[in-house]
Amino acid sequence: MSRRVKFEFRLYVATDAQNSVQAINNLRAFCHTYLPERHEIEVVDVYKEPRQALADGIFMTPTLLKLAPLPTQRIVGTLKQTQTVLNALGIEGFAS
Amino acid sequence: MNTIPAAKAKAVNKALSGIAGFDEITGGGLPRGRTTLLVGGPGSGKTIFAMQFLVHGAERCKEPGIFVAFEERPDRIVANFEGFGWKLAELRRKKLFFLDAEPAPDLIQSGDFDLGGMLAVLGAKAKEMGARRIVFDALDILLTLLPDDTTRRREVYRLHAWLLASGMTGLITAKDDDGEASATSKQPFGFMQFMVDCAVVLNHRVMQGVSQRNMRVQKYRGSAFDENESPFLIGKNGFEVTVSRQLGRGILNVSKERLSSGVARLDTMLGGGYYRGACVLITGLPGTAKTTLSGAFAEAACKRGEHTLFVSFDAESNEVVRDLASVGIRLDRQIKSGQLRMISARTVTGSAETFLVRIKAFAKEHRARCIVIDPVSTWSKSGDGNSTHSVAERLIDWSKAEGLTLFCTSLLDEMSSPKRVGTAIQISTLADTWIHLNYLEQAGERNRSLSIIKSRGMAHSNQVRELVLGDAGVTLADTYSAGGEVLMGTMRWEKESAERVAAEVNEVAAQLKRVRLDAEEAELEVRVKSLQVELEAKRVEKVLLVRTAKSREGELSRDRTHVEGLRGADAIAPVRKGKR
Repeated sequence: MSRRVKFEFRLYVATDAQNSVQAINNLRAFCHTYLPERHEIEVVDVYKEPRQALADGIFMTPTLLKLAPLPTQRIVGTLKQTQTVLNALGIEGFAS
Repeated sequence: MNTIPAAKAKAVNKALSGIAGFDEITGGGLPRGRTTLLVGGPGSGKTIFAMQFLVHGAERCKEPGIFVAFEERPDRIVANFEGFGWKLAELRRKKLFFLDAEPAPDLIQSGDFDLGGMLAVLGAKAKEMGARRIVFDALDILLTLLPDDTTRRREVYRLHAWLLASGMTGLITAKDDDGEASATSKQPFGFMQFMVDCAVVLNHRVMQGVSQRNMRVQKYRGSAFDENESPFLIGKNGFEVTVSRQLGRGILNVSKERLSSGVARLDTMLGGGYYRGACVLITGLPGTAKTTLSGAFAEAACKRGEHTLFVSFDAESNEVVRDLASVGIRLDRQIKSGQLRMISARTVTGSAETFLVRIKAFAKEHRARCIVIDPVSTWSKSGDGNSTHSVAERLIDWSKAEGLTLFCTSLLDEMSSPKRVGTAIQISTLADTWIHLNYLEQAGERNRSLSIIKSRGMAHSNQVRELVLGDAGVTLADTYSAGGEVLMGTMRWEKESAERVAAEVNEVAAQLKRVRLDAEEAELEVRVKSLQVELEAKRVEKVLLVRTAKSREGELSRDRTHVEGLRGADAIAPVRKGKR
């Protein structure tokens, strides 16, 4: 995968729920490590934007949506298992 | 006296489910603003129950609802329910919202998560549309996504807390494969059952090859409920629970009106006919004209202008119509005019419960006032004895509550002794009027006999009568008893003709006597006449005699005067006073 590809993420959180806060931190750390300079994170609070959450079919929080590159993908949870996230996003190889 | 406000307050706290029977069991529906758990195996009718609850709320109670579908896509659910005649597609635009919460198969999990997202979405949606009811269908699907029991428990609590806070009436359905017994101990439904305010268990069993659905309210906080298993049915209008009338559910309207049995002389035997709203039972061996009596009753009811439902269990309706036409009972005309509805229901098609519900539905649809079930004993073949007995009880109960006149026939086992007449499903004790038909074997003949075993609240004949079927209809012949035996058939005919001969002889003798008396009378009259004539002659003779005597006397005195005059006896003629 080309190093120039930019990753766009949308993270749905439930205001300040513990797992949501963890997810935000985990995602930021993850991007800092594996996708430096080529990521964009949009954090959406389901309580503030329920319509958008409904449109995206969000039922659990936190949920991470990978909007780009295609295909879109979603991961639920605090994203604490880095390897799982790497595999899911297809960025393996950078783990080591 | 203070039960009335209490009952009222109770109803306010409940949300009508619109499910026939269930609202009666629970005294008004699901607990309003609380959560109800509906547990049942696959195909037990959970989704139908839930959907009916929402549809009823949206259509009738001005309570819009939300359906959260974990198992099926909303479009498919809507399509599936088209068959019930519920206008889901229309309701969906405004009053019903379907949330497609089917977990994506490619969902990737990493770490801890919760249902906060869904609840936020639902909360916003509920506020927007003013939803008052919410259904979480197949919550178990969602729970399987959660990694462990602790999480499941936590999320269920979260959901419950959210539901309570939202003030909506909630219904959660969950699958339960292992039946009711283990449900209480199994996680997470076990603790869910403790948590919720109302728990309902549905099950679907097969008893002797007949499918039987039951529902049971397991708990209902702060409310009385019927805690027994109640059979239910999924019919064409949705879920329907059969309930027996509960004590104190109101006093029956008892009618004193008499209804004709369709056989004039039977009416006489009953002192006017059956009571309206009564349960009439006709028992008898095969071929004793039970159906014929049913037909006569049905025809009489139709002729009075009452809608009648005729349920035939063992014969096709056409056959019944044809057969009864041979004894002058013309049901075809009543069918044509729409008064009579005939249904043929072979026993194989379902359990007794099913029949009861169907009969009720048909009766409602036809607005029937009289119902004929011929024969009700076939029910004993479907399902176990206990349940069919309870069905028969409920049938009678229901017909009485509705003020319908119920006419049942019941086949008696040929082996049972005539002394021990009793019906297979023991409804004879519940019947108000019980007429027994039998064969009387006498002098090489079999003749049908009819006797009234009981008839509550009316004077009735205690005689055994002969039932005669003819082209013109059904009649009851006069009874002749000889030596303590009732004579029937040819023997009755012989007795009848012997009496006819005797009557003729008497008639002739009487005529002879009259003629003789006439002659004597004439003779006397003649004698009276001649005597009268003689009397008249004597009277005339007497008058003549008097007159002659007088004139002779006159003559004599005139002669004397003349003679005195001639002799100059007196200077002055004597004063004759009589002359002037």
